[in-house]
Amino acid sequence: MAESPESLQVLRYDAAAASSIKKTIWRLANKLGSKKIKLMNFCGTHEWTTVHFGLRSLMPPNVELVAGPGCPVCVTPSYYIEQAIKLSMDGVRVFSFGDAFKLPSLRRVKGARSLEDAKALGGNVEVVYSFLDAVKKASKDGKDSVFLGIGFETTTPSYSIPLYGGHVPENLYFMSVLRLTPPAASYAIEAALERGVTPVQGIIAPGHVSTITGAKPWDEMARRFGIPAVVSGFEPLDLLMSIAMLLKMIWEGEARVVIEYKRLVSWEGNRYVQEVNSRVFSVEDAAWRGLGFIPESGLELKGSYAAHDAFKEFGVKRLSAEEWSYDLPAACKCADITLGLAKPTDCPLFKRVCMPEHPIGPCMVSLEGTCAVWARFGGGGLAEEIAKEVGV
Amino acid sequence: MKPRFLTLAHGAGGVETEEILNHLLISRVPDYLTRALGGVGLDVLDDGATLKLGDKHVVLSVDSYTVTPPFFPGGNIGLLAAAGSINDVLMMGGRPVAMMDAVVAQEGFPVEDMEKIMESFVNTLEENDVALIGGDFKVLPKSDLNGVIISTLGIGVADRVIVDRNLAPGDKIIVSGPLGEHGATILALQYGIDLEEAQLRSDVKPLTGLMLPLIEEYGEHIHAARDPTRGGLAMTLNDWASSSGTVIVVEEASIPLRKPVVAYAEMLGIDPLSLASEGVAVLGVAPTVAEDVVERMHELGFKHASIIGEARSSEKYKGYVLYRSAVGGVRILEPPRGELVPRIC
Repeated sequence: MAESPESLQVLRYDAAAASSIKKTIWRLANKLGSKKIKLMNFCGTHEWTTVHFGLRSLMPPNVELVAGPGCPVCVTPSYYIEQAIKLSMDGVRVFSFGDAFKLPSLRRVKGARSLEDAKALGGNVEVVYSFLDAVKKASKDGKDSVFLGIGFETTTPSYSIPLYGGHVPENLYFMSVLRLTPPAASYAIEAALERGVTPVQGIIAPGHVSTITGAKPWDEMARRFGIPAVVSGFEPLDLLMSIAMLLKMIWEGEARVVIEYKRLVSWEGNRYVQEVNSRVFSVEDAAWRGLGFIPESGLELKGSYAAHDAFKEFGVKRLSAEEWSYDLPAACKCADITLGLAKPTDCPLFKRVCMPEHPIGPCMVSLEGTCAVWARFGGGGLAEEIAKEVGV
Repeated sequence: MKPRFLTLAHGAGGVETEEILNHLLISRVPDYLTRALGGVGLDVLDDGATLKLGDKHVVLSVDSYTVTPPFFPGGNIGLLAAAGSINDVLMMGGRPVAMMDAVVAQEGFPVEDMEKIMESFVNTLEENDVALIGGDFKVLPKSDLNGVIISTLGIGVADRVIVDRNLAPGDKIIVSGPLGEHGATILALQYGIDLEEAQLRSDVKPLTGLMLPLIEEYGEHIHAARDPTRGGLAMTLNDWASSSGTVIVVEEASIPLRKPVVAYAEMLGIDPLSLASEGVAVLGVAPTVAEDVVERMHELGFKHASIIGEARSSEKYKGYVLYRSAVGGVRILEPPRGELVPRIC
C-alpha cells in the first residue's frame, strides 16, 4: 500500500532517524549478550522491505530476521492451479491476478504448467488488477467466468464486499483458495519448536492483514507461545522501529502485542469487514501447498453466496485431507522456507535452475514469495560481501 | 533452459529477451559477420551499431515501437518512434541526421488517428533536423494484428563512438531526470488507473538538445551513455557492470524519482528502477568532469540531473550493481526478470 508522500519522506529517507534507531537496536542486542535472537515476519511485503532496503545488513550479529508464511500465492495447492488451467483450456474464462498467472503447477494439464502457459496455448485466461475489474467485464459480456480467488485477510474484503452487496453477476464464479494468516503463523512457530531449531523469539506481525483482523489475534498468539509481537508498517523505519520494540520486550521478558503501525491498525480491526466476511464465508480446514491441511485456515463461500461457487458450478472437487499429497517439485524447499526453517540460499534449485523468469517452486513467483524477493532484490548476504570488497 | 514457446516475457527487454535472442539469433551468426567495416556490431549489444567510413562513424539504430494504447498522456506512438531512435543514435555519440520507417497497421485502424500519429512523428523529425529518407507501409488483417507497429531506423554521424563497455572504475553515473515516468504511465493506463489522479505522464522526448552539447563539450569524458527504456535503470546498470567488468554502486537517496511513480509502482509490486523512461539519459562520466557535466545539464533545462553513484573495481564481484538505501542498508540491484505483472496485495 502506498504511503502519502510526506510520511514516505520520513519513514523511508530519514537517514538520521534510521541511524538513531539502529543504535538502539545494537544497544539492546548487546544487552541480550551472545543469545541468538530470531525474529519472524509473517508478511511477504515485510520481507520485501527487509531485502529491498538492505535491513539485514544493519542488524547486529546476534539478531536474525526470518521470513515466515506471508505469501498467499506460494501456499495455493497445486491441485487448484491445475483445475484453473483445465477450466481455461476447456474455454471457461479464468480471471487471475498477475502473480498467480505465472504460478507453476506440479502436474502439466494439456501441456500447460501455469495459467501463463495455458494462455499461450489458447486457454482463456485474463489477468486483472482487481476482482472488481472481473466483475465489470463479466457483467458486460455475460460470459461464464471463474475468478481464481487467492489471498489472505487483506484481499478477502475485495471479494466479500461485492458478493455481499450483490454486485457480482450470475455468470462470475469464485474459486476460493483464501487462507487465514494466524493459523499458519502458529503452525510455523510450532514447526520450529518440534524440529528443535532456534525458536522464534519475536513476531513481526503483518500490518495490512491486521487492518482487517485487528491486533487481537497476535495478542492471543503472543500469550500462547510466550513471545512478544509488534504489528508493523512497511517502510524501512517502521520495521527498524518494530525490531527495536521487540528487542526491548525480549529484554524485559514481556510477551504481549504492541502496534507500531498505529496510522492504520487498531486493536479490534475493521469490524464491518469482519462481519461481512463471516456472512459470506465459512472457516474450514484447508490445504496449504507443501504443508498439508491446517485446521480452520481457509475460507469457503457459504449460504446463498454458494451460488457463485466455482467448485459447485463446474463440478470441481475440493481437496480433502485424505486426498492431499505433497505438491512441491522434487528438491524444492518452498515448504521449509515458508515456515522460516530454511533460507532460499539453502535450496539447491535457487538461482541455479529456479529463477523469477522460469520459476520451479511457488516461492519464486509472487513478489511476496521469499525466493522471488531474494532473487529479484539480491537477498542472501552477497550484497554485504560486495560492499566490504568495494569499500562502501 | 529452452522454453517450449514464446511468452510476453521474452519480449520484455529483460533477462529473458537476452536469453532468447542468444538462442535464436546471435548464436547462429558466425563471429566474423557480427560487425562490418570495423564498426560496433552484434558482438557488443549497445544501443545501436556503427560503420567506420574514413575518420567518421555512421551510427545506426533500429527499433520497433508498439504500445497499447497508441495515445497516452505526454505523447503517442509517433513521437515515441521518432524520439526512441533519435535517442539511441545520440547514446552512441552520434548526431542524428536521417531516419527510415516501416509502419504496419491493422485493417480498420482510423485514418484520423494515423494522421495524428504521423503528424507527431514528422514534427519530431523536423524539430530535430532529421530527414525522413525512405520507408515502408503495410496493412494486416484484423486477426493478425491489434493496433499499429512502427519500426524506425535512426541514422547518425559520430566523430567518436560511445561504447558502454568503456565505463571505467571511478567513473560517475549521472542520470538526467526522474526515472520510470513512461513505464508507470503506460502500465497505469493498461490497468485502468486514473492518470490525472495518479499524476502520471510519459516523459517521451528526443534528447538532442541535451546530448549534442554534452557530446561536443565533454565527448572524450563520456564513457557510457544509454536511454533506460525497457528494463529501466536496473537493466542499463547491470548491462554496464557486465560489459565493463566493474561493480556499480548507486545511492537510493540520489536517484531522482517522482513520488507518484514510486507510490504507484509499489502499489503494483514493481520496482520503479525497472520501469522504462523515454526521455532520460544515463551517463558514465570521468570523475574529473562529472560535477561540470551535471551543472551543464541543469543549464540545459534538466533540473533534476544528478550523480547517483559510481563504478568501482572488483575482480571478484565484477558485473554486480550494489544499491545503498537511504537508511544505510545494502542490496544487489538485480536486472529485471520476467514480465512486469502486478501482484495481489
